[in-house]
Amino acid sequence: MPAGQVGWNRGKPPVPMERPSIGVEGFLYCREFEVGTVNIQDIILKLQTYWSAQGCVLAQPYDVEKGAGTMNPMTFLRCLGPEPWNVAYVEPSRRPSDGRYGENPNRVYQHHQFQVIMKPSPDNIQDLYLDSLKELGINPLEHDIRFVEDNWENPAMGAAGLGWEVWLDGMEVTQFTYFQQIGGQDADPVSVELTYGLERLASYIQDKENIYDLTWVDGVSYGDIFKQPEYEHSKYSFEVSETEKLFRWFDDYEQEAMRALEENLVFAAYDYVLKCSHTFNLLDARGAISVSERTGYLARVRKLARRSAQKYVEERERLGFPMLKEGGVQHG
Amino acid sequence: MAERDLLVEIGLEEMPARFIEGGMKQLEDKLTAWLDEKRIGHGLARTYATPRRLAVVVEAVADRQTDVEEEVRGPAERIAVAEDGSWTKAAQGFARKQGISVDQLQLQEHKGENYVFAKKHEKGQETSTLLYEGLAEVLGSIHFPKSMRWGSRRTRFIRPIRWLVCLYGEDSVPVEWAGVTADNRTWGHRFLGGETQLTAPSDYVGALREQSVWVDVEERREEIRKQLRQLEQQHGWNIPVDEKLLDEVTHLVEIPTAFYGTFHESFLELPAAVLITSMREHQRYFPVESRDGQLLPYFVSVRNGDDRSLDKVAQGNEKVLSARLADARFFYEEDRKLPIEEAVRKLDDVVYFENLGTVGDQVERIRYLVAEWARRLSLDEATRAILSRAAEISKFDLSTLMVDEFPELSGVMGAEYAAKAGEQTEVARAVLEHHYPRFAGDRLPEGIVGTLISLADKMDAVVSAFAVGIQPTGSQDPYGLRRRASGVVHILAGRDLGNLSLDRLLDDCLQRLETDDWLQREQQQVKEELLHFFRLRLKTLLQEKGIRYDVIDAVLASDIAYPQLVLERAQVLTENVAKEEFKSVVEAFSRVANLSAKGDPEAKVNGDLLDLWAERELYAAITSAARSFASAEEQQDAQGMFEAIAQLAPVIHRFFDDVLVMAEDKATRNNRLSLLRDIDRLTHRFADFNKIVFAS
Repeated sequence: MPAGQVGWNRGKPPVPMERPSIGVEGFLYCREFEVGTVNIQDIILKLQTYWSAQGCVLAQPYDVEKGAGTMNPMTFLRCLGPEPWNVAYVEPSRRPSDGRYGENPNRVYQHHQFQVIMKPSPDNIQDLYLDSLKELGINPLEHDIRFVEDNWENPAMGAAGLGWEVWLDGMEVTQFTYFQQIGGQDADPVSVELTYGLERLASYIQDKENIYDLTWVDGVSYGDIFKQPEYEHSKYSFEVSETEKLFRWFDDYEQEAMRALEENLVFAAYDYVLKCSHTFNLLDARGAISVSERTGYLARVRKLARRSAQKYVEERERLGFPMLKEGGVQHG
Repeated sequence: MAERDLLVEIGLEEMPARFIEGGMKQLEDKLTAWLDEKRIGHGLARTYATPRRLAVVVEAVADRQTDVEEEVRGPAERIAVAEDGSWTKAAQGFARKQGISVDQLQLQEHKGENYVFAKKHEKGQETSTLLYEGLAEVLGSIHFPKSMRWGSRRTRFIRPIRWLVCLYGEDSVPVEWAGVTADNRTWGHRFLGGETQLTAPSDYVGALREQSVWVDVEERREEIRKQLRQLEQQHGWNIPVDEKLLDEVTHLVEIPTAFYGTFHESFLELPAAVLITSMREHQRYFPVESRDGQLLPYFVSVRNGDDRSLDKVAQGNEKVLSARLADARFFYEEDRKLPIEEAVRKLDDVVYFENLGTVGDQVERIRYLVAEWARRLSLDEATRAILSRAAEISKFDLSTLMVDEFPELSGVMGAEYAAKAGEQTEVARAVLEHHYPRFAGDRLPEGIVGTLISLADKMDAVVSAFAVGIQPTGSQDPYGLRRRASGVVHILAGRDLGNLSLDRLLDDCLQRLETDDWLQREQQQVKEELLHFFRLRLKTLLQEKGIRYDVIDAVLASDIAYPQLVLERAQVLTENVAKEEFKSVVEAFSRVANLSAKGDPEAKVNGDLLDLWAERELYAAITSAARSFASAEEQQDAQGMFEAIAQLAPVIHRFFDDVLVMAEDKATRNNRLSLLRDIDRLTHRFADFNKIVFAS
């Protein structure tokens, strides 16, 4: 933990929790936060520091448009096959249909997810997660934290998982998912995915009603950074984008993805799968895809996602699954 | 033999509330079945559960299996014993196979000959050994509708398994399962409790209570109820308890603390159904009413924990609910800006289900069907106009934001929006009513308009699914076809719909699908499957009405075109089975049925060939009975139908007393058989009396 974070735990001694929770060595300490003082930048830094200490690679956001952190190849591809993998990163995620011209207090074109993947899922993952909330100053004894059933599915990516949404005093702040299938393949071993909704978490911690009033860092609000892009992306997605061009791009990206797959270049191919998916989302926001066409387009994306998944595993196998430690993953 | 209690606890990550009851039951059933199978005596079993554990305590479990005495017969003495009196190879082989020495073989008589017998005494094994070897398989046989894998393990379960307790008396049995080894350690509440060691099964409830976990489901449920009552008393409120919600909340917490929060009064302008659904579905809150039933701007939630910082928890929940209600208000305002005609047009963009076009197409079919049925019922012009409009807009609320958010409000919102948009009261009411009955025991639509649209909607859904080969299998019924068919049957049995028979409804639906080219299978085949499907729904309805199973079988073997009449026939039979003279009626019909099968099914009765008085009497009686039966049937008068055939009974008995059916002369014989066949056919239009069972 970096000492002396601004606005964090000012002058208060750490308060020991009444009891240790299971599976974690030693006593845990929990810090109190003063409502309204923890900015988004702090939250990100604290989560990064925490998950880094749990052995996660700190990756950076991926530079191709996507609707969720799950679609980052650091998750989608790396969760396939037998190799262990632990990673954490912030993912700015675009969902064109959710754009509201910067006017809606909760809905945005682009939001931020803090994504953690641990593969295979550790036995004490719930405790690790709860401890991360404590790092953010959320003392479980003073709140109501629940794991509420939530089964996640992304048919376009051939992915599905079981788990929960985590409620903090009734607000969903994290999606907690054990992947069962990715790109149409059974997940083996199973990865766990934690997706913190950073804006949600921050509006809870900072007690703000409107996303644009959140403090990103002292002196800079969320609105200062994102209000203009929100308006412009919304305007573009709903009014300005050229449908004809988007349809053409979809076809081109699809072909390019196929071509790259034929050359066994899975990472290159996968970038174009993401581009297809984003182009589809833009078309959808424009209302350019009819009900009957919709199924067909989704099927085309799914086919690419499945092929990429297969190809990724084949290529890793050809390389001898280099990240498999001696003896491989034990089946118990 | 000593007895000790047995505790098994499976520690899990949070299970979905809806699967917990099933999990408890399986744990109890499978464990006790296993004990029985292993011949381990035991007392009562009690189950416990929280979101993080499934547990069972079985009392007085014997510490050993009961011993088994077994006697196995081997070869006969002449084969087993050699001439010199020694045991032969055959005898030696038998002894070896039975695991005993030849000295222990005994000779004994069996059916007049001496045989070799092996008497074995198998001593029961220790229960703790059997548990150690067998419990994992018992636990592994617990199945859930949705199971998962985790980590690198092969096990599938509802959620990851994190610990296991197997405590037999004071000893833990180190059973290995799903990557964990059982001992006597369990874990308390995630935040308020910790690890604790159990000393004996009887300790279970108390030890966990100390770790802030109430493991007894019933106790938790009643505690929540009590806390709700307390809040009511403190504040002068009424908190209606939705039992399903109470069940769910009970399974979401390990220790319950009810608290209340508030929302802005201005949200009370929204329809109550919207507020209640929003609170219940999104947040699992109980709505709060004044003593006279007015919704108040409060909610009650149940925290998984104690009362520390309850105000902070309440504040957080208030914030979430406010955002939810603000969304709902937005939906409500936007929806009211959407003209109904526009909403109806949008249904052309909503897929109905696979291969069956859009909801717009379905609405067209509903409009056609109700118009057709209105004509058959000769409804007046004014009613037909209302019916037509109500059918046209019956599904418009599927295009609204509110119903998109809360599908269960379809109908309620439609009626609300329609009334606000100035539709006639009867039209708005039918938009709601055509959803009835929504579940078993729900109300039926009141008016004829709602009734016909409800029939058309449900019937079309079932028939069109069958038309493309979608049928419920086993417990799988993803489109709710059983529920819908059952709705149709309940409406037909509970409402007088003149000449609208089940057959008529089916034919009209099939015909329309055929015309629109949706029917992908052979029409007659589909209809037979549908009739079978509806017969089963009707069977359930009769069971719900408390009709005896043999009476049900009897009436269902006959015509089911008019479910109301089927129900009445069953009731008439039910009244009569208790009467002494009924037995003679059934005997008469059974004798007829047994013989009539021997005749030519096509031949007509020739009156000139009947020469004995008794057969002429029967011929006259059947002719008259057929006439009265038909007229009673026309009136849908089950009692009249029954009387028409029941009065044949004495005549039939006289016939059998005086007439030899199987006469030498072929023409006479066949003619008599044809006469019996006519009677059999007539009685079958009421029921198959052969299916009635009398206590012997």
